Amino acid sequence: MTLVIIGTYIVSLSLIIGSGFILVGVIGLLKFNDPMTRLHAPTKVGTVGIGMLLLASIIHSFDIGKPSTHELLIMAFLFVTAPISANFIAKVNIHRRACETPPSPPKDGTWSTLDVPEEDVAT
Amino acid sequence: MILATQFLNIALAITFIALALGQILSMVRLVLGPTSGDRILALDTMVINALGLVVVLGIHQGVQIYFEVALLIAMLGFVSTVALARFILRGDIIE
Repeated sequence: MTLVIIGTYIVSLSLIIGSGFILVGVIGLLKFNDPMTRLHAPTKVGTVGIGMLLLASIIHSFDIGKPSTHELLIMAFLFVTAPISANFIAKVNIHRRACETPPSPPKDGTWSTLDVPEEDVAT
Repeated sequence: MILATQFLNIALAITFIALALGQILSMVRLVLGPTSGDRILALDTMVINALGLVVVLGIHQGVQIYFEVALLIAMLGFVSTVALARFILRGDIIE
């Protein structure tokens, strides 16, 4: 039981965990019945699923004797951009009235994405 | 060692099948999608699945070059998602 064999098993386990998360996320994208509910399922694909596949790629590169860790760059990029694109899609849903308009906030008048500046109000 | 290599091959096959199934299912959502937000979300998921396919292909062949392909796909996928959402929100991408 050398280090290489243990590394190979870790690579296989990460691949299987990642593919499980990818399947769960995509089935959620297909089966949920509300646009805002559907939005949350594929974020698992973007973070844990692809993160596990990239982790498997890093460990495999150490395993075959060509060590490299620059897959961490893709991981960091995906972790930063996934919430931003989810936020944009949620804004599209709110403005296209694909979901219920969110209840008004406790303090201010309205949510900032629904706010219209005074000089832009149609007269 | 032979057992570990066989296990890795089985895991690679499972991952390829899961990613291909993911592409097919999100394409079903892309065709059905009642709202435009669903279609953008399905396209985003397809881009991320394609990135996973490229990464797993790199593991399968033991080649490092696929890293750059995956990085380019990640950046273009984010930019295209933001551009599509912004086009629907504002009617224009660059104002």
